[in-house]
Amino acid sequence: MKLFTLFRRATAPVARERLQILLAHERLTCNGADLLGALREEILAVIGRHVSFEPDRVRIKMDRGKSVSTLEVDIEIPNSFGASSLVPPDGYASEFANDEGMSVMKRSVA
Amino acid sequence: MAQVVVVTSGKGGVGKTTSTAALGAALAQEGEKVVVVDFDVGLRNLDLVMGAERRVVFDLINVIHGVAKLPQALIRDKRLDNLHLLPASQTRDKDALTEEGVAKVIDELKTKFDWIICDSPAGIERGATLAMKYADSAIIVTNPEVSSVRDSDRIIGLLDSKTAKAERGERVEKHLLITRYHSARAAAGEMLSIDDVLEILSIPLLGIIPESQEVLRASNVGSPVTLNNALSAASRAYFAAAGRLKGQNIPMQVPTESTGFLNKLFGRKAA
Repeated sequence: MKLFTLFRRATAPVARERLQILLAHERLTCNGADLLGALREEILAVIGRHVSFEPDRVRIKMDRGKSVSTLEVDIEIPNSFGASSLVPPDGYASEFANDEGMSVMKRSVA
Repeated sequence: MAQVVVVTSGKGGVGKTTSTAALGAALAQEGEKVVVVDFDVGLRNLDLVMGAERRVVFDLINVIHGVAKLPQALIRDKRLDNLHLLPASQTRDKDALTEEGVAKVIDELKTKFDWIICDSPAGIERGATLAMKYADSAIIVTNPEVSSVRDSDRIIGLLDSKTAKAERGERVEKHLLITRYHSARAAAGEMLSIDDVLEILSIPLLGIIPESQEVLRASNVGSPVTLNNALSAASRAYFAAAGRLKGQNIPMQVPTESTGFLNKLFGRKAA
């Protein structure tokens, strides 16, 4: 019996490696809903301090590639952009204090 | 101070209900006041594994809806006075559970018991998130197998984000319980080893339950394995895990089925 198993290929290391690769990816993706939400909120807070825009006219997209991931932020700024619109709209004046979103983003891009 | 423990896994069929019954009974056998709560609304089975299926009158949903008082729904175990079961409803759907309702029931249970062990349904839907919502600690039941480990990882993520403790910025204490483990197959490289699973999930190990025929024997007759055959390898592993849950420092090992000599050695536990 023991001799027999010696000739069989050990499959546990394959399982372990597959899981490690998969979970490294999933840990980012599955928390992705929260990550994107956090990124959205904080990026908009920063931009909102300088420019006024319609919160509905913002698209944030994250694409994950094999070696590189991209974060795409698309904000439509109205043409009336000028001195008056430099006032931050209500609700976007909060401080950009939490750097958790940024560190996560760096990790995903690396 | 009452401890609320959720037994969860993500994947179905890994041994949540078996482990809930076995750990609940093991704690009760050591004198603790224990209630095991079935959160698997619509597909309850803890009553069957505990051998109380014919004694269910009211259930968790009835209590939440105010149809019955908590003491009316609690079923006292026939073998152990200090072990109780709060069954799930078989007919309602999982939406019948509400956050406020569950919170109220858990608060009331806390005044009556030392341990409140919540048997989570499989999956990551409402039933599972409500089962973990008010937990102080979690037992993640995992088989040394790829799909179970993956789902456990997902559940760990939920425990860190969706529980009341996580929302308050605290941490739910997490314990890994590896079930259906074959030492020989792991040694032969045919099964993920304990170290493999620990490295991947990186949460502390509560116990290793070896694959054992006694587990099926016990559920066949409606008895937690620790009550049905306290000397079996699985039971000894559950007793050790229960001890660690209480904070005892018990060396980790995988029990093997006992021979006559070992039976004598562990004989005292049978009483």
